Order: sequence, then C-alpha cells, then structure tokens
Amino acid sequence: MNMLTSLLGWIDDRFPLSKMWKEHLSEYYAPKNFNFWYFFGSLALLILVNQIVTGIFLTMNYKPDAELAFASVEYIMRDVDYGWLMRYLHSTGASAFFVVIYLHMYRGLMYGSYKKPRELIWIFGMLVYLALMAEAFLGYLLPWGQMSYWGAQVIVNLFAAVPFGIGEPLSEWIRGDYVISDATLNRFFAFHVIAVPLVLLGLVVAHIIALHEVGSNNPDGVEIKKNKGPDGKPVDGIPFHPYYTVKDIVGVAVFLFFFSVVLFYMPELGGWFLEADNFVPANPLKTPEHIVPLWYFTPFYAILRAVPPMLDSQFPGVIAMGAAIVFLFFLPWLDRSPVKSIRYRGGLYKAMLTMFIISFITLGWLGTQPAGGIYLILSQIFSVLYFVFFITMPWFTKVDKTKPVPERVTK
Amino acid sequence: MKKLITTFLITILLVPGLSLAAGNSGPLYKVDLDLNDKASLQRGMKHFVNYCLNCHSASYMRFNRAGKDLGISDDILVENLMFNAEKVGETMDIAMDPDDAKKWFGTLPPDLSVITRAKREGADWLYTYLLTFYVDEKKTFGVNNLKFKDVGMPHVLWKEQGLKRAVYKKDDAGNEVFDKFETVVEGTMTDKEYENMVRDMVNFLAYVGEPSKQQRISMGFWVLLFLVIFFFVAYALKKEYWRDIH
Repeated sequence: MNMLTSLLGWIDDRFPLSKMWKEHLSEYYAPKNFNFWYFFGSLALLILVNQIVTGIFLTMNYKPDAELAFASVEYIMRDVDYGWLMRYLHSTGASAFFVVIYLHMYRGLMYGSYKKPRELIWIFGMLVYLALMAEAFLGYLLPWGQMSYWGAQVIVNLFAAVPFGIGEPLSEWIRGDYVISDATLNRFFAFHVIAVPLVLLGLVVAHIIALHEVGSNNPDGVEIKKNKGPDGKPVDGIPFHPYYTVKDIVGVAVFLFFFSVVLFYMPELGGWFLEADNFVPANPLKTPEHIVPLWYFTPFYAILRAVPPMLDSQFPGVIAMGAAIVFLFFLPWLDRSPVKSIRYRGGLYKAMLTMFIISFITLGWLGTQPAGGIYLILSQIFSVLYFVFFITMPWFTKVDKTKPVPERVTK
Repeated sequence: MKKLITTFLITILLVPGLSLAAGNSGPLYKVDLDLNDKASLQRGMKHFVNYCLNCHSASYMRFNRAGKDLGISDDILVENLMFNAEKVGETMDIAMDPDDAKKWFGTLPPDLSVITRAKREGADWLYTYLLTFYVDEKKTFGVNNLKFKDVGMPHVLWKEQGLKRAVYKKDDAGNEVFDKFETVVEGTMTDKEYENMVRDMVNFLAYVGEPSKQQRISMGFWVLLFLVIFFFVAYALKKEYWRDIH
C-alpha cells in the first residue's frame, strides 16, 4: 500500500493523475436528480468504445478493394473466429449509436440543456453528431453491397447539385472517379477508420471538458452551483463517482440487454439495421428498385425529396436538408425562454416540441417510402412543420407562459 | 414518463413490419425451416451439390465447414459431394466460364452463398421460386416463373416436379390473378415429395447464408442470462450507494 501511494505521488509530481480523477469523477458534482434521460450520454460513450474496438478487429480481416470487399465481409462472418460477433457488434452498434444519440439530443431539447451557459456543449455535441453521420455514411460503403454502392452514389451526387459549375468537379473529387469505384472505396476506408474517428474523439473530449467546466444541467433546469453549502460544494450535487458510476452501470446492463436481443436474435432487425439488398454484391450496372438510406438518415432524406427541383437542379433540396441540421446549431439563440426545463414551460412550448418530434419521426418513416403521391405531400407538410419549430421559436418561447422555477432541485 | 417509454417501445417494435409490406409480387409460400434438422440439411446439401452447383457457386462456403456443422465426414465429402474440388477446405466454386454463362442464360447465375438473406422475403422467397415454375412457350427454356418473372434460369428440376401450366382467374377488380397449377407432364416425384426436396435445399441454403446462426442463438441465451444476473447485482450496488442521498 505504501509503495502504491508513493508511486501515485511520483506520478502526480509529473502528471496530474489525482487532480484529473478528482476534477472529472470523484469531485465532479452532478445534480442528484438525474432521471432516465440522463443515461444516454454515458451509453453513447460505451458504444463509441464498442465501435472502435470491434472496428479494429474488423479491419484486421477486411479488404478495402472493390473485387474483394464483399467477400472479405462474408469470410469474416464464416472463417474468422467470432468474426460474426465482431461484425454484428459493429453493425448493431452503428444503429444503436444513433438511437442513443437521438434520445440524448431529445433530452437536451426537453430540459433546455443547450441554453446559456451550455451553448458550447451543445455546439460540440452537434459537431459530434455531424461527424457521426459522416462516419456512418462512409462506413456503410465498405461492405460493398448494392445498397452501399447506390446509397453512396445518391449521396455523393447531391454534391453535384451545387451550381456555378462547382458541383460536378466537386463530386468527382470526392469519388476520385466518375462513378463510385475502387478509388472511392479506398478513400472512404481511410476516412472511416482513421480520419473521422480522430475528429470524433477530439470532439467528444471537447464536449465533456465543456460540460465539466459549467456543470451538468438537470430535469429541473436549476443551476446547482448557485446553492453551495459551507464546504463550498453544491448542496444538490453529488460526486459523479461513485454515485453516477454505479447508477450508469445499471443503465449499461439494461441497455446491453436490449442491444443483445437485437444482436443475437435479429441482427437485421427486419431490414432496418442490415438491408436485404446489401447482401447482393455491388453492381454498377444494375440500380436497385428502391434506394433507401439507413433509418437514421431518412428524416433528412425525406426533407431533401420534399423540395421540388428548380431549373432542373436538386440544389434547393440539398439546401433544405443542410438547413434542417444547421438550424439545430442555433437552438441556444433561438430559444428566448427564461426557463430551461420543460417542467416549467407553458403549453405552447410543449405543443411545439411534440409537433417537432412527430414531424421528425414521420419524416423518418416517409424517407423509407417511395417519393410520390400522398407520400410526397406528407413529406412537404412535415418538412414545413419541422422548420416552423425553429423559425417561430424566438416568438413562441417568449410569449409562452412559464411557471416559477424552484430554488432547489425537486425529486 | 412511463407513457413516453411505452410509446417509444411500441414504435421501435412495430415499425420494422412496415418496410416488409411493399415491393413484392406473386404468391408467397411459407417454408418451415429447421436448422437443427441435420438429416434435412444433409439431404439439402446433396441436392444442392447435384442440381445447383454446376451453374451456381456458393463461393463463401467451405466444404469442410458445412461438413463439420452438418456432421459429414471428410471422406464422404470427397467421395460424394465434391465433384469440382480437391481439398475439403475449398469453397463451393464452379468451373463454368462466365462468358459462356452469359451466352447461355443471358446473365451470370448469381452466387448463392447469401441468397436467403438477399431477399426481403428471405427463405420463403426461394422456396416459392423453386415451386412456381410454369410452362411458357415464349421463353427460351420453355418455362417462366411466378416469383421471378422472365427469369433466365431453366426449370432444372422439371423431371422431378413435372411441368405445370399456370391457370389464371379474374379477381373482384377484374385483374388477371394466378389461381392454380395444372399438370402438363407428370414428374418422377409427387407434389409432396418435391416440396420436401425443395424444403431441404432451402434449409441448406438458409444454413449456408449464415453458418454461425446456431452458435449466435445459443450464445445469446447465455449473454442475456448473464446480463439479467448482472443487472440485479448492479442494481443492489446502486441501491446501497444511494442510501444516503435524499
């Protein structure tokens, strides 16, 4: 014991180990009233680790070559010991990542976690979300199935919609070819396994550092740092470790249970996590009947298709799709409400948030359906509603009747 | 709160069904698969090797992996099931020249390693496909298929099944729809025998689609059991730590 203590002292003289442990865990005071919605941050971290570890093992046997890629995935599934487990952990993990991130973001919306002084946490989080979308899109090309190929073709073609003669050269520059090809696969592999993960990790660190600087929000939207005891610690705060570490482990157990049910008993999840068409090797000469992006992109895909082309160009749709994401970045400044949490907001905010969530989910479903007829009209209606939430936010958050916020957190 | 969780769960559990509703034609016969039925899988492999493996490969599948999983010794593999391969570790490839294949069938016969996973209707699709060839003089090989219209493949199993004619009827809306098959040429097998043979083949191909499936399912049970026990331990630990938080 004495030797361990002196070893720690030796390290602490040279590296702030104890200091960091205290700052971020044992003396990081988190509000004591976290509820169900507060599990998803740590779960996202868990999945990030899962994706990196399983990704490393997949990389050992995967071949980023248009001639070999599809087969190498099947060999991983058959010939590599527990290769099927690594592959399903990675593919199920990808979808689970988005499930968890969407719930995590929804939590932020409900409890106003993006509001002052947490604007930068939100912006770093949004950047994590963007990086994650890039990572998922790039990774989806790698199995080199029909949906990998044609999905990438459709998305990269969106860049070709940029006007002023920039679009075509831009999309060629991304692909490294006139169509999605071996060159594209190679560079997507490089981006998927190293470039984007590096950015992602950096952003996650920034997200957490910013969080620990200002402290966590909570379901009441009360700033616990305003109420400190004589010892200088927030009276409604408890050390993250051990209280939230042991609590999060319970969340991990529950999450892993549902995760494992999918992984071991329905890894395709009826075509939502692994699509049937992606078990057909990529064929540049044969377009599949329906090209559908994976479920986590479909709300934005529906918005893209809802906007009619102008002057034969899809560009307005691309702009709308981009705007759908860009608006989220500005939430901290669009929201003019004096209160953070939905608990103390009025009926107007609750109605608008409900409308927004319904629009988002419906758009997600519409994005999986063929574009035309009633589906197109519905996509247009819900796209408008999606944007109405952001555009009218400065107004409805201001006129909304709020309730008085308590001094201390409630149970 | 509880309501929210319930709604969320209902949404994720019900939505998967929706995607399957669209985009398929023709009848769909349900096939009753059993990946634990080794005898059926062995018969399926025999039929597959005899009837399919001349034009179709299953080139991600190794003979000895199938042998190991299906309980077939290396000697039997070499003697009875490997016509085109020498070593038991080889994959199920074919010798047909791709250019010849294009000349003969108009297209390359697809690799069948993951065929049951490549169709939205899964193994049922394949089962139905193999049961719904019918006489159509306009086609090169004299047959067409209800599940895969204008397919380039001849009815390889016509001697066993015989040849059928498709009879159509008008539905309420006045559209021509498939009614039933009538026998034109008797096969060497009864309908029941033929269905059983096709079922064995589909069973085998479903196995080939994911050889680790049985291992996955049995491992899943232990993982879930562990997680349930782990949950109670973790929950008790949490309760203990949180006793002093009010």
